[in-house]
Amino acid sequence: MSTPLLELKDVTIRFGGLTAISAFDLRIGDRELVGLIGPNGAGKTTAFNLITGVYQPTEGAIHFAGRTTLGHRPHQIAKRGIARTFQNIRLFGSMDVFDNVRTAVQVHRPHGIRDALVRMAGFRRGEKDVEKHVMELLEIFGLHGQRDEMAKSLPYGDQRRLEIVRALATRPKLLLLDEPAAGMNPTEKIELMKLIRFVQGKFGLAVLLVEHDMKVVMGICERIAVLDYGQKIGEGTPAEIQKNPKVIAAYLGQEAEHA
Amino acid sequence: MMHVGAKRSLLGAILIAVVVSLLSAQFNRYYRDVAIDVAINIVLAVSLNLINGHTGQFSLGHAGFMAVGGYIAAKITLVFGVAAAAWSQPLIFLGALLTGGIVAALAGLAVGVPSLRLRGDYLAIVTLGFGEIIRVIFQTSETFGAATGLVAIPKWTTLGWGFGVAAITVYVVGSLVNSTYGRGFLAVHDDEIAAGAMGINPVRYKVTAFVVGAFFAGVAGGLFAHSKTTLSPTGFDFMKSIDIVVMVILGGMGNTVGVIIAAVLLTAVQEPLRALGPLRGIVFALIIIVLMMLRPQGLFSFGKKKGANA
Repeated sequence: MSTPLLELKDVTIRFGGLTAISAFDLRIGDRELVGLIGPNGAGKTTAFNLITGVYQPTEGAIHFAGRTTLGHRPHQIAKRGIARTFQNIRLFGSMDVFDNVRTAVQVHRPHGIRDALVRMAGFRRGEKDVEKHVMELLEIFGLHGQRDEMAKSLPYGDQRRLEIVRALATRPKLLLLDEPAAGMNPTEKIELMKLIRFVQGKFGLAVLLVEHDMKVVMGICERIAVLDYGQKIGEGTPAEIQKNPKVIAAYLGQEAEHA
Repeated sequence: MMHVGAKRSLLGAILIAVVVSLLSAQFNRYYRDVAIDVAINIVLAVSLNLINGHTGQFSLGHAGFMAVGGYIAAKITLVFGVAAAAWSQPLIFLGALLTGGIVAALAGLAVGVPSLRLRGDYLAIVTLGFGEIIRVIFQTSETFGAATGLVAIPKWTTLGWGFGVAAITVYVVGSLVNSTYGRGFLAVHDDEIAAGAMGINPVRYKVTAFVVGAFFAGVAGGLFAHSKTTLSPTGFDFMKSIDIVVMVILGGMGNTVGVIIAAVLLTAVQEPLRALGPLRGIVFALIIIVLMMLRPQGLFSFGKKKGANA
């Protein structure tokens, strides 16, 4: 890969005496589907928080689309094209399904406070476009029937899907998914794998997937990086990772033999 | 769809303002003053609702912003307005209200920016402290009459002015919130981290809420000054802020219609209770306690019920 879409170089973050991630390197190319796995507390979600600007690294560099993200705040990074979902679903609880997605669409909307007050024709046309765009997205994911339901009242699997729709509404180039299969049954997991592949193809995205379910990770990722105690202990194709003795010792254990 | 809603609320508010103004000649002075109080409280409650309800920032400083606007506006009319020609007085009044609002908005900016790192109870304490500082400043300033306050302010606040400003407040807050842009206030209220991840700048929305909310509180202060004709620093103490917070909570945080109804009810219910004499405060407090126990989500939070039991 020439210039990667996302590049982490020597990234370290310390919280007081605890080194959560140490000298972490990761490169993700355009339209690549990469997995990030590791035991609980290995630093996977911390890596997401570093990439999205929630945390700033203590050392190292992060580049997205050729420019640094250091010193940028989460909303600025979101505008540049990194979207995410959350391990513990964070939908907007006081809004319905439609508004959850609508909120995310505004990133690329030129109309601000003055237009909202004066409401000229351009603003109203813009609001119509937003509505159309949101409904298109909801239809793709089969959520248009629930547009007026409160987000929090959706079944669990739908909430996870709605989070993905909301992330896509920001028109990202890179989508970070934090344990999207958590709490899903085997059928839902298969649906989810199809969905991730579909989303990646349809929207031309790169995807970074944190997931504990090995069937899901091995099934869809082109490349996998493994974290343990904040250190990268392996990286490669699913086949390589399953044979990597360090990874087996730290994380996969017996499971690898069944996979 | 969303703009139809905002337009409808504007038309409704203007209609009420016009009808009330036309009828104002029929009212006796007492009812007229109560109605003006209602209008002022609508302005205060709806503007505080932008901060506390929609954006989820717990401010206890609304009386402080109101004091800033009231004192500035009153001072302007006392200096320039009283001797001015009759035809120019509405213009001076308008200018005084706007200036009061703008100075209050600047105060909102001054409180909003450093308070942004604080949440919940901590933010409430800072805004409470701010309100007290404002009160003490006016209490010690000779220019603003010190402990006596300002007197002989011209009685310029009519029903038309009161409900006109109330209509504008409802329109501005309603249009801000009911737009794609405005979903950002709710997003910050619901989940700041998720809002940031969706490209929403929480800092900007919080400061905007504080500045807009403080502006209208300041204008309400100007209306108040020109309705009561006297201002004293004790009128803007902590209890005044609490009164406004109660209207917002009772109306259902983030529910504009509910908050308006609560502002009307709480203002109106004070009047018949006057017959009870000193017991009035106790009965009023009991009413609020009972209401809060029966309807903790606010009296009129019907907007949020849909889909809740789906």
